[in-house]
Amino acid sequence: MCTVCGCSEGEARIEGHDHGHTHHHEQGHGHSHAEPLHDYSQGPAHAHAPGLSQARMVQIEQDILGKNNEYAAANRRWFAERGILVLNLVSSPGSGKTTLLTRTITDLKQALELAVIEGDQQTTFDAERIRDTGVKALQINTGKGCHLDAHMVGHALESLSPGDGSVLFIENVGNLVCPAAFDLGEAHKVAILSVTEGEDKPLKYPDMFHAAGLMILNKIDLLPYVSFDAEKCIGYARRVNPGIKVLQVSATTGEGMDDWYCWLRANRQLAAIGS
Amino acid sequence: MHEMSLCEGVLQVLQDSARQQGFLRVKTVWLEIGALASVDVEAMRFSFDVVVNGSLANGARLEIIGLPGRAWCMPCGQTVSVEQRFDACSECGSYQLQVTGGDEMRIKELEVE
Ligand SMILES: Nc1nc2c(ncn2[C@@H]2O[C@H](COP(=O)(O)OP(=O)(O)OP(=O)(O)O)[C@@H](O)[C@H]2O)c(=O)[nH]1
Ligand SMILES: [Mg+2]
Ligand SMILES: [Zn+2]
Ligand SMILES: [Zn+2]
Repeated sequence: MCTVCGCSEGEARIEGHDHGHTHHHEQGHGHSHAEPLHDYSQGPAHAHAPGLSQARMVQIEQDILGKNNEYAAANRRWFAERGILVLNLVSSPGSGKTTLLTRTITDLKQALELAVIEGDQQTTFDAERIRDTGVKALQINTGKGCHLDAHMVGHALESLSPGDGSVLFIENVGNLVCPAAFDLGEAHKVAILSVTEGEDKPLKYPDMFHAAGLMILNKIDLLPYVSFDAEKCIGYARRVNPGIKVLQVSATTGEGMDDWYCWLRANRQLAAIGS
Repeated sequence: MHEMSLCEGVLQVLQDSARQQGFLRVKTVWLEIGALASVDVEAMRFSFDVVVNGSLANGARLEIIGLPGRAWCMPCGQTVSVEQRFDACSECGSYQLQVTGGDEMRIKELEVE
């Protein structure tokens, strides 16, 4: 339980996070939209009419993820005010997210201000790999949780405090299912798929590829050794998301990385002028 | 896994509404779940019972209303029904479909006291 905002943080642990701070996401817990109360207890409207007790019906009409969406909206406002480009990197475990990030940071850290939030169930290995590059990084351990949520990210921002006009990468927990549903306030989800995973993944995990604005096919240096039909894979991704952009890279050899940097710079410019 | 987090989301909404609308117990929860929301209804029921255990919704009944998947086909302009995100248009065979309904995950109403 977070004593500041009263929300349950579950068992997530955020590096350097204590609850003595103030929240920047001060949207509070009041709901912006009215939730009209309909008391059906007198009327015949519902067959499941109440018995002896004062049971009544309450209309809710609220998204199950409404709470997360409120936090995400607060994060998104916070990013917009500061012109920060935020990318939520999603993939199955081991597709190369951290490798892609460390290479990107090495190549761009002179030109751009960068920061990273790392999400894993356990260990601070990935945050340490990022910090080795000299860029600030914060680890969130989700414990049993299989995805980051917008509330954890809001707290992480308090200690990480990414600078105005910077690029913030959020490496989500390796999982092609749950992170699709949890908006963190990012500009785009970037789905990373390595060629060793098979070209059918966009159809097997359609929600993730539907939610992503960009798909990065990684480990293309391994194409000679695996049977992976890149065109087929891209076709599948477009079936679930006709507008998805696709880049092909090798985070280890550096092939194709310039296209990724162009995409990053273009989106950073958009974030800087405010969307 | 996923359904467990969704049920935690449901419980948060129940707790907030209880505070705002002054009820103490939730007896029934109606959810609307779209066909494209990738929610496993059985897993949802199981997780719900686990998550609400000991809460204001302890023992509550979960009613799930399924909503159909709908999509608009860009090439032919028809609205068609779909079962999966990657279904082809049933009119023209195109995959250029924009989902217009069926990804809902909504708490519709509650029976409370
Ligand atoms: N051949 C090849 N190997 C790569 C490439 N990118 C990453 N790898 C390797 O893939 C393995 C996993 O890479 P990570 O960067 O740790 O993957 P990740 O997605 O961050 O993994 P998790 O955070 O555990 O989900 C490592 O052994 C990397 O060296 C690539 O482009 N080509
Ligand atoms: Mg990693
Ligand atoms: Zn909090
Ligand atoms: Zn059509």
